[in-house]
Amino acid sequence: MAAAEINIKYVAHLARIELTPEEEIKLGAQLGNILGYIEKLRELDVTGVEPTAHAVPMVNITRADEVRESLSHEDALRNAPRSANGLFIVPKIVE
Amino acid sequence: MLNLLTISGLAVKLARREVSAREATQACLDQIARVDGKIHAFLSFNAADALAQADAADKEISSGVQKPLLGIPIAIKDVLAVKNQPLNCASKILGNYISPYDATAIEKLKTAGAIIFGRLNMDEFAMGSSTENSAFGLTRNPWDVSRIPGGSSGGSAAAVAADECFASLGTDTGGSIRQPAALCGCVGLKPTYGRISRYGLVAFASSLDQIGPFTKDVRDSATLLGVMSGVDKRDSTSVPEPVPDYVAALDGNIKGLKLGLPKEYMVGGLDPEIKVAVDAAVKQYEKLGAEIVEISLPHTDYAVAVYYIIATAEASANLARFDGIRYGARIDGNDPIELYSKTRGAGFGAEVKRRIILGTYVLSSGYYDAYYLRAQKVRTLIRNDFLKAFETVDAIVTPTTPTAAFKAGEKSGDPLQMYLSDIFTISCNLAGICGVSIPCGFTKSPKLPIGLQLLGKPFGEETLLKLAHAYEQATSWHKEKSCALNGLWSKFPQK
Repeated sequence: MAAAEINIKYVAHLARIELTPEEEIKLGAQLGNILGYIEKLRELDVTGVEPTAHAVPMVNITRADEVRESLSHEDALRNAPRSANGLFIVPKIVE
Repeated sequence: MLNLLTISGLAVKLARREVSAREATQACLDQIARVDGKIHAFLSFNAADALAQADAADKEISSGVQKPLLGIPIAIKDVLAVKNQPLNCASKILGNYISPYDATAIEKLKTAGAIIFGRLNMDEFAMGSSTENSAFGLTRNPWDVSRIPGGSSGGSAAAVAADECFASLGTDTGGSIRQPAALCGCVGLKPTYGRISRYGLVAFASSLDQIGPFTKDVRDSATLLGVMSGVDKRDSTSVPEPVPDYVAALDGNIKGLKLGLPKEYMVGGLDPEIKVAVDAAVKQYEKLGAEIVEISLPHTDYAVAVYYIIATAEASANLARFDGIRYGARIDGNDPIELYSKTRGAGFGAEVKRRIILGTYVLSSGYYDAYYLRAQKVRTLIRNDFLKAFETVDAIVTPTTPTAAFKAGEKSGDPLQMYLSDIFTISCNLAGICGVSIPCGFTKSPKLPIGLQLLGKPFGEETLLKLAHAYEQATSWHKEKSCALNGLWSKFPQK
């Protein structure tokens, strides 16, 4: 899993980011460099160490399932790039 | 020059009716007109709205209303939602976004009477250490305009250092409050993870982000922390710890408190002038009655690598919401996937793309265990280093940054070098503890601020601020003003 193996085109597709060919070359080199640095974590023995996802361990914070005030329809659509009839307009998904 | 006052200084004058909130707000607007053409701390501000808020505050003051921040103008990093104000995260992808609601931290400041004005520049989506990643141009360091103010909250630090506002809010994911505070010579506090609700904060790395204040002294920092802290039903990661009176903790008595000096922080690329200033600060603490203990944080060297896996992984998930469908800019495509890819390709800047792609990679099938899971385990080791140290010491003292402010353009071509400039601040976020940077001296030529970092136990802000305040009261670094205020501005063409 050498750093150079990163397939920029594929990962950019996973991330839904269109890159220019120049960006692919530049990012590839920079990410290779950064991943090379990150390799230093392999020096450590982490056998038996629990992973930390959150520094303050809190689980299952819930609230009552009650109707509350929320954004108005108008407010929710105010920043939409395209909307009509109270809906977000998107390209056709289903024929 | 009302704008030179601290929050507590202005509050006294407002209470005595010596000045009005309108005059204080106008003083900030005048200073912005004088200096911001060169500093560019503000992305936008609405003067009429700020003055209307000031007039409302003046009415309350004259009818005897008392609130902790009544009539105090505070400016906000462009990552926090303020109702009916723009929110761009210094990115093109948000288009002409206007916030439909207030962040909880903003709501609390408003309830306390503050005047909320202006959107402060930052690295795009808080990703960066110099504010050079803003899509809307750089912010300059008020002490030397050829240099960066730090980042990602560079606008927040520069605006306070140049007295364009009485205080500001920033956010800190790996040092984004403490590092710019150090480089601009103000007080920057990163509270404990969970101390301040993040509802209404645009998320970068959800297990690391915290909101915090930039102020001209430690007392003001304690005041703002007290106002903004507390559990919030709308943020399930906010912690139901009681909120003490932080200002009351500033009693100057630090006799017998133990300060840890981590040997791993005083080596390597540390600038000799920074080392001299930090050594002198440690001596000052001894003089004030604190006990200095050498400690070890053995996994320090791995913090940057852990951070750039965890933060980018979380960012790749958080920033998936910027897809051109419900808000912000959109570039059309023939199908939704093409629309997403084109919108994100054009809307995000280089550093944001770099981090999203790195984060996507470390989470992708086949690499998750090798990168993300391993980083989370090393994060445990880093956190344990701190918890073990805090068994014997009350706080830890370090430099905030390895060097003073660097030149614009000096590191922007080499992302890894830029990442390594955060080496002293990153561990604090990984461990979920609290930290503050306070002024502790200047380099000689050019004269640039140096920051002292204090790190405290989880929810140990009282002790942290008590220590910061005791040092501040024994020194005068925080009273020195940047060249923006020394008449040097006549040299520069104004906007």
